[in-house]
Amino acid sequence: MGKITLHQVRKSFGEVDVIPGIDLTIEDGEFVVFVGPSGCGKSTLLRLIAGLEDTTAGTMQIDGREATHLPPAQRGLAMVFQSYALYPHMTVRKNIAFPLKMAGMTAAEQEAKVQHAAKILNLTNYLDRRPGQLSGGQRQRVAIGRAIVREPAAFLFDEPLSNLDAALRVTMRQEISELHQSLKTTMIYVTHDQVEAMTMADKIVVLNAGRVEQVGSPLDLYHSPRNLFVAGFIGSPKMNLITGAEAAKYNCTTLGVRPEHIRVGEGPWQGVVGLSEHLGSDSFIKVEVDGIGTINVRASGEIGVHHGDPIKLSPDMDKLHRFDGEGLALK
Amino acid sequence: MATQSSRKAARAMLSPTVILLLVWMIVPLAMTLWFSLQRYNLLYPDRTGFNDFGNYTRFVLSPAFGGAVVNTLVLVVGVLAITVILGILIALLIDQPIWGQGIVRILVISPFFIMPPVAALIWKNMFMNPTNGLFAEAAKFIGLSPYDFLGNAPLASIILIVAWQWLPFATLILLTALQSLSSEELEAAEMDGAGPVSRFWYIMLPHLARAITVVVLIQTIFLLGIFGEILVTTNGGPGTSSTTLPYLIYKEALLDFDVGTAAAGGVVAVILANIVAFFLMRAIGKNLDA
Repeated sequence: MGKITLHQVRKSFGEVDVIPGIDLTIEDGEFVVFVGPSGCGKSTLLRLIAGLEDTTAGTMQIDGREATHLPPAQRGLAMVFQSYALYPHMTVRKNIAFPLKMAGMTAAEQEAKVQHAAKILNLTNYLDRRPGQLSGGQRQRVAIGRAIVREPAAFLFDEPLSNLDAALRVTMRQEISELHQSLKTTMIYVTHDQVEAMTMADKIVVLNAGRVEQVGSPLDLYHSPRNLFVAGFIGSPKMNLITGAEAAKYNCTTLGVRPEHIRVGEGPWQGVVGLSEHLGSDSFIKVEVDGIGTINVRASGEIGVHHGDPIKLSPDMDKLHRFDGEGLALK
Repeated sequence: MATQSSRKAARAMLSPTVILLLVWMIVPLAMTLWFSLQRYNLLYPDRTGFNDFGNYTRFVLSPAFGGAVVNTLVLVVGVLAITVILGILIALLIDQPIWGQGIVRILVISPFFIMPPVAALIWKNMFMNPTNGLFAEAAKFIGLSPYDFLGNAPLASIILIVAWQWLPFATLILLTALQSLSSEELEAAEMDGAGPVSRFWYIMLPHLARAITVVVLIQTIFLLGIFGEILVTTNGGPGTSSTTLPYLIYKEALLDFDVGTAAAGGVVAVILANIVAFFLMRAIGKNLDA
């Protein structure tokens, strides 16, 4: 069905290598998230897969078929754009039916498929409206509807939730995940938001400067980041990265400790509380630790510390991450 | 403009301009209406007084009137068709990234900077002249006999000249509209399986609808009053084959010195223009709604 294989795919814009060469396999039915900071080439990679950009070198197979030079329409992929890219002069019905019309389907077939998609996405009452009369979430659903009706080999999402407000983003995130559960189609999802990546993905591809830093399941990346970049990128709040004498004690150049893996109370690290944020369920505190620097701590529940309080911390010894001089994880 | 005093102040500040514009419009209109009901011929200064609607009946029933109305409409529709269709094509062309894009765009716009009578005279003498014109030379070069454009096809020639002048305007408006089309929309259509023709027909053309409407409305206003080009090229002839309504009014006023009939003609032209505007707004005005 929707297996996608990239082999040494390279993309340059003039002199600039945006993607210096990527090997990647996306299995059928997987929900893959490309995540990375802005400008890391994740959208470019998605557009290469979609066929909206030409590859500079390398080959690509979709569904076992050579697709490197296929035009976008023949790749059997559907894309949901960041701006949704709905056709503003067409009703929702016509928007969703547009790919079917282009495929030369009869009006009756189109209507049946549109109705089916509208039912899945709760759009039945809005079919005669225009995109301008819909809310952000509804537009998003229309864009997804337009993708569903084509029954593609894979869905491509290009930061689809970045134009929605925070509450709606969570809802749509769940809806897309549920859609994936019911359709079981390959989905490739681009985002810069690591929370979206962690919650939705079967497999996360962390990109940095056009290079794949690590590929793995969300918890793989969380528990065993391959290098400093992934360690710093995955997890919120960010992992504390400690260098210098304290790291040397653990035989490494950089020592990584996640804020949630530090206990408050007794311990070897002594410091003073800087900023403290109490959310009820969690408390985030910034501690100036003597000889180490600022350490972020996340304690569950309420703890009664405030600005200026002296505090002692101890890291969970079995959850430390050690990195060598090149930033690679030590086993 | 929330409080009563601020509204009052706004009204006071605006009123000089509004009054000036109103006077500027009302006085000529009132004078035209007044003259149109008068016996007022410069050749017969002794004949004065009210003529009721005699001027109107004379103007409307004159043998040239029907032809002039038809010529005016043909001119407007012809120029609109050429400028809109060619304008879209040129806009599509210069929207492509090409080398020297800036210069090409300036060249495309330049006809708009040339004064209408100058442009018409250049066309008449340098291009369309059957003995010295470039078209005649070209025809002779490929072994054809030169064609007398302004003699044999006067209205079509004038349409060509006017369309040449207005093409940049249409191109410019359509180009900016084309550039405001989001590339994601086109890419989405591409992924949906729409080829270049389908993309143009289903995505670009509907997007251009509002710009086309603006072009058609603005050009119609100006094209209904085209006069200079006719005066310097054909003088409304041969016969009355290129006489339009504005030219007919000019003929009444300045060749026949009949101010009263010319004023009546002016009023008739205003009424006809409003009828055209009415139907135009009915037909395409909905495109202007957001």
